[in-house]
Amino acid sequence: MQLSSRIFLGLFCLLVAILLLAPTLVVIPMSFNSNKSLAFPPAGFSWQWYDNFFTNPEWLLSLRNSFMIATVVAILATTLGTLAAFGVTRAAARTGGLLRAILITPMVVPGVVLAIGIYAVYLDTGLVGTMAGFVFAHTMLAIPFVLIAVSASLEVFDRRLETAAASLGAGKLTVFRTVTLPLILPGVLSGALFAFITSFDEIIVALFITSPYLKTLPVQIYSSITRDADPTVAAVGTLLFLATSFIIVAGLLIGMRRGRT
Amino acid sequence: MNATNKSAGASIDIRKASKRYGKFVALRDLDLSIRPGEFMTLLGPSGSGKTTTLNLIAGFTEVSSGSLEIGGKSVLGLPSHKRNIGVVFQHYALFPHMSVGRNVAYPLTLRGISGAEREGKVRHALDMVKMADFAHRYPNELSGGQQQRVALARALVFDPPLLLMDEPLGALDKKLREWLQLEIKRIHRELGTTFVYVTHDQEEALVLSDRIAVFNGGQVEQIGTGRELYDNPATLFVGRFIGESTVLRGKADIVGGDTVVSIAGTKIVASGKISGQAAPVILLRPERAVLHRPGTGVVDGENRLSGIVEEAIYVGSGSKYDIRLKDGTTAVVRSPLGAPEFAIGDTAEIVFRPGDVTLLADDASADITLT
Ligand SMILES: Nc1ncnc2c1ncn2[C@@H]1O[C@H](COP(=O)(O)OP(=O)(O)O)[C@@H](O)[C@H]1O
Ligand SMILES: [Mg+2]
Repeated sequence: MQLSSRIFLGLFCLLVAILLLAPTLVVIPMSFNSNKSLAFPPAGFSWQWYDNFFTNPEWLLSLRNSFMIATVVAILATTLGTLAAFGVTRAAARTGGLLRAILITPMVVPGVVLAIGIYAVYLDTGLVGTMAGFVFAHTMLAIPFVLIAVSASLEVFDRRLETAAASLGAGKLTVFRTVTLPLILPGVLSGALFAFITSFDEIIVALFITSPYLKTLPVQIYSSITRDADPTVAAVGTLLFLATSFIIVAGLLIGMRRGRT
Repeated sequence: MNATNKSAGASIDIRKASKRYGKFVALRDLDLSIRPGEFMTLLGPSGSGKTTTLNLIAGFTEVSSGSLEIGGKSVLGLPSHKRNIGVVFQHYALFPHMSVGRNVAYPLTLRGISGAEREGKVRHALDMVKMADFAHRYPNELSGGQQQRVALARALVFDPPLLLMDEPLGALDKKLREWLQLEIKRIHRELGTTFVYVTHDQEEALVLSDRIAVFNGGQVEQIGTGRELYDNPATLFVGRFIGESTVLRGKADIVGGDTVVSIAGTKIVASGKISGQAAPVILLRPERAVLHRPGTGVVDGENRLSGIVEEAIYVGSGSKYDIRLKDGTTAVVRSPLGAPEFAIGDTAEIVFRPGDVTLLADDASADITLT
């Protein structure tokens, strides 16, 4: 490749990277604004919006709600999605393909359409504004991510190891616990992480089924920004950005160590 | 797992066992009896049903019909994890997330054996396969031969009365394979366990086995020691599969209780006759004939077949010749050291007595299945 075209490609990559990162990076300086406005560039420096986030019960409650819902969703969706992944990969090829297509619909259907349907059902069943309502809806949205992550692991898993374990005296459950699960664990864990994040930053369905008494963090951010352009949202955004970066870097490091042994 | 306290091997009795996959018949009315402590090899071409038979014994699949007894008890319907049988696979099947030591300890843990007893048994089993120094390694840090030795230790550590092996050396190179064959033989001698070994390599079968069951098309054609199969094959298929041979075909007549076959215009006498309607063919082993120059060393009553030397190979213990007969057949003859030597293009006469050949019923499928 010619030097000039390499420079061009390099510059192009840089441009795309800036484009992708800019909205995120803009949030960080805004969170230190000393005025009560969501302005860029910010005027002055202050910690007051972080202070507000950690002292205002409304913000803390929504953070707690999101954490609780996302945790339960991660557990439920990982369990159900893993079982579904077994069904899909071990059924006959055609049945498996059909099942997979059905199970993945929540990922493909537009979020608003899903939200309308869920809202209608929840109105009838009294699930609007309840923890259980959030958990059910988010679990549904998260299952496809678990299904995809776990099936990817199952497809490279050597089933003959299960036969070998059986010959050594292991019953079906023992085989799963001692051989299958440890070997597909990376897929299960990444599925759980996806499920957690899917629930934690879900906004569309949440806006429909929320109530003044039960708000998740994204709902709180949205309502606060539409009400009074409170720079606290920038502080929250910065914290979330740091937290997710930390999780992803940690995940990569664990993956690298695993790859070495 | 103690040389002074041999565990008794289990017997196996398979009666009229069939295995069908949809319309396809993988095993047809299979009968197979294996004695306690025996080293039995299932030998046959690819697709002849060896693995299916092993899988039935191991409990990985169930028979479609027929009976299967291990140690005198029917095991039909008994899941594989309750059969207490060691299995060694061609692909090793070691657990990649466990060290060698934990792989070998696995069947013991499942049986509630722990602590010093488990450690002792693991060490003993690894010693037996000469892998004791590798207990802390992981499978992906071992060569194929080393992995298979660990797999063997894992399959034997719980003292099963029966060990099944499905082409365990198939993925290894020749030198390693020969060495491991001897190791497997030694371990069988030490343990007294019944070994059932699957291979498509007749030399390997001859090296290892007490008896060999020759499989063809989902059935056992013949069971016997290597010598019995080589000297007295029951079918043309067995005769051709075990060792080298030349098949001589021609118009046959019975003369005075013997069979006379006309090959390329020469009458060849073979002792006895075969029963049944099929045409008889003559099976000649390469070392049962000698080569003479035309017209020399004539002895009354010996068969002589003339041909042209097509290939002459010095093999240390003598020479091996391919002789092209007038009817186009290529005959193989092994001459010992000191016998007359021939060059390519020479005319030679293949000389053998009527009692040195085997008469068998012709079977065209025996040629097709062998290539
Ligand atoms: N699960 C299966 N479904 C359909 N056919 C099978 C299955 N397993 C084996 N077969 C067929 O049964 C025959 C015998 O197979 P196998 O016992 O594996 O032969 P071998 O081990 O002697 O090479 C083969 O023709 C094979 O294709
Ligand atoms: Mg096979």
